[in-house]
Amino acid sequence: MNKVVDIDNVPSEILNIPAQKLRLAERGELHDEKFETKPIGYFRDAWIRFRKNRSSVVAAMIILAIILFALIVPLISPYDVSFSVTTYSKKLPRTKLLSKIGIFDGTKVRERNDNAYAYTVGIGVGAADTDGTGATWEEGLAHELSPAKRIIREYEREGKRYRDIAIDVYLEVGFRYYSVTDEEYEKIRAWENETGIQVLYPMVDTHSEFCYDPLDANYWYKTKPGRMEPIKETDFSYREIDIDTEQLEPNYLYDKDGNVRFYQNIGTNMKKIRVLYYNYYRYLYGFEPYHLFGTDASGYDICVRLADGVRLSIMLAVFVSAINFVIGGVYGAIEGYFGGTADLIMERIADILYNMPFMVVVTLFQLHFANKVGPIMSLLFAFVTTGWIGTASRIRMQFYRFKNSEYVYAARTLGASDARLMLRHIFPNSLGTIITSSVMVIPGVIYSETMLSFLGIISLQGDKGTSLGTMISNAQASLTQFPHMMFFPALIISLLMISFNLFGNGLRDAFNPSLRGVED
Amino acid sequence: MKYIIKRILLMLMTLFIIMTISFVLIKMLQPEVPATGAAVETEMARRRALGYDKPILVQYGIYLRNILTKWDWGTSWKIDYLSDATEVLFSRMAPTLIVNIYAFIISVPLGILFGIYAALKKNKWQDYLISTGVMIFVSVPSFVYAFLLQYFFYYKLGWFPSTVSSLYDVGIKMGLGQSEVTAMLASGDTLRLWLSWPMFVSMVLPVMALSFGTIAGLARFTRAELTEVLTSDFMLLARAKGLTRAQATIRHALKNAMVPIFPMIISEFILIMSGSLVIEQIFGIPGVGKLYLQSINLLDYDVFLFVSMFYTFIGLVGSLVIDMSYGIIDPRIRMGER
Repeated sequence: MNKVVDIDNVPSEILNIPAQKLRLAERGELHDEKFETKPIGYFRDAWIRFRKNRSSVVAAMIILAIILFALIVPLISPYDVSFSVTTYSKKLPRTKLLSKIGIFDGTKVRERNDNAYAYTVGIGVGAADTDGTGATWEEGLAHELSPAKRIIREYEREGKRYRDIAIDVYLEVGFRYYSVTDEEYEKIRAWENETGIQVLYPMVDTHSEFCYDPLDANYWYKTKPGRMEPIKETDFSYREIDIDTEQLEPNYLYDKDGNVRFYQNIGTNMKKIRVLYYNYYRYLYGFEPYHLFGTDASGYDICVRLADGVRLSIMLAVFVSAINFVIGGVYGAIEGYFGGTADLIMERIADILYNMPFMVVVTLFQLHFANKVGPIMSLLFAFVTTGWIGTASRIRMQFYRFKNSEYVYAARTLGASDARLMLRHIFPNSLGTIITSSVMVIPGVIYSETMLSFLGIISLQGDKGTSLGTMISNAQASLTQFPHMMFFPALIISLLMISFNLFGNGLRDAFNPSLRGVED
Repeated sequence: MKYIIKRILLMLMTLFIIMTISFVLIKMLQPEVPATGAAVETEMARRRALGYDKPILVQYGIYLRNILTKWDWGTSWKIDYLSDATEVLFSRMAPTLIVNIYAFIISVPLGILFGIYAALKKNKWQDYLISTGVMIFVSVPSFVYAFLLQYFFYYKLGWFPSTVSSLYDVGIKMGLGQSEVTAMLASGDTLRLWLSWPMFVSMVLPVMALSFGTIAGLARFTRAELTEVLTSDFMLLARAKGLTRAQATIRHALKNAMVPIFPMIISEFILIMSGSLVIEQIFGIPGVGKLYLQSINLLDYDVFLFVSMFYTFIGLVGSLVIDMSYGIIDPRIRMGER
């Protein structure tokens, strides 16, 4: 029971206690009891919570994987962003490793009638016929450079025979005619001897009536005049061959001694040659055409371009996020801290910028600056012009909330300057919110950039690099025939967006557990 | 009321400032080269009347005067040669509005239903399924699923055309004669064609592509709002006074959850007027979004400026309506008042 003491009439014996009578209740130093456990800081706390959110952790790993993909691919790929071979445009994915288990082997199943069968398999037969002495169907089909990889099935329709063949779309190009200088010819010869890979194949008698198409080097066998049916020449006449039992008859160009010729002189110092394009490609570039994600309409390697686009998008997004963080932070802090007229005017300015449609801002920036600083820089300007407002308003709210707290008054009473109050005392309270919103800016920027380049408002074409949106937009025209051109960029952008959103949600829950499950 | 007037005045001021900035920025660009088309005389006269040879601020004065006195927002020099910018825009409204209204009619009920269902089944597998779907459809860019739809429903299955049919084709499909269709197109009386069944069939894919995102967004929003309401104290009271769970949910929870959802729907409805650039581009819808892209590509400045202002206006009205409707639905809330 407490004794009530009347403050005005304190008894004199209490007021005048001699010093000797007083003693310390406890000897030794005075201290608070030490915590048994380790202290957990704000970030550590957030990290513990984040770790428990499985989907966010997975999302973070996917993001990391995509970033690693974007960084590593340009290092290990033989191609760079400007590498394009138009002969191999719109080609399917083809890899050395995965083709062994039957996927990504660059093959496509096509229906072939007898003539087309002879043409396609004929490329393999021609490739097997290295010295012009002729080769059989079996040799052709077994040859490693035969485009016909597997015959899936054989069937008849309306009295005609058809075969479904799995065709390697790279080898399907077959033979090509080229005009080269004598020096180039010698270089090819030297390369052939060095590597043992045959590039030059016997020339075809293109002036013969039995050559169906003098520009197509794959018609190396005799065909019915003006028709595609393979034939056998008899004395003064010809007859169609039965492709099941008889072989294709070569229509090569021979010299006086009866040997096949490997070139034709055209003009001085120039030779016309017939090359097996696949090997010619190896001669030109030193590697075989293996494209993990295939090639696009201009013959660019999709994988490398994709990595480049992802790198560009993420770099742009991180830049925008960082700049927004700084501008928005300073602006919002000033607004929120000082309030009053300053706040009113600054809010008006922010409001006007906020209400300008982003599309319009981007377009105006593109029209004004794209020629001077490039499309990407002007896009960055556009993002920065309007992007910081969200961050600023969040920080402003936080400053309004905390600037009248007791602890801020206490700090002010102790003589802390405005800058110190803002930076040391109020700002750290809004750190979690700001980190979350800065991370959420990244998918927003990637999305906008992809959409704008898809619509062609910013143009990122050509060999300098590209953007996911441009790739998707270019693939649009051949979506039905070559869906792979669309599939990979669309997959990556979708994965990126989903992962970033999940990751952002996880961050928000980790930093502000009270907001868990609330969507904004 | 005073508050509403204040907000409207503020909105008009913002619109005016944005218009001034945009006008100056556009006029600072290389001016359009006069065409040497058939109507050179008319074109030059029109240019002089708009003050194209005068300083930018004088031009702006003329521009403002024309808007205020004649509702004349300039002339299209490229897209629809020498027709009014306003006319160019409004002739594109029908397809945009129709596609978006179809999408709206489908997506609003579905979105709310999914959201309610997920909230009622919170933390059960139904909720996880819906939430995962929502996450995917909110995140994945609309052009990705637009192409997926095209690939499967047009190319693989052949159920729907890949792009929106032209008015002429629709007219023929409706069994009208060639001359009749041509006359309809010439007279501009095309609403019947836009609303016809063959046109609807060709619009199924864009409507689906537009709906997915809206359904997902609305479901997420509804779920979040409703779960919050379901855990509040008055729900406990409602159960305590003897209402069944269904009664309490329908009478108390849904009503309260609708307070923030309803303004969102209204603003969504206003925003659909600006059209979706991506969807209109992919499905070849001759609407407002496509017009905007066209005006950029062809640098048809007056049209570009008018469409930009239209977008700004729509956006401003949208946010205004949100604030207003909060006050109307729930008089306790007065935005902006302290």
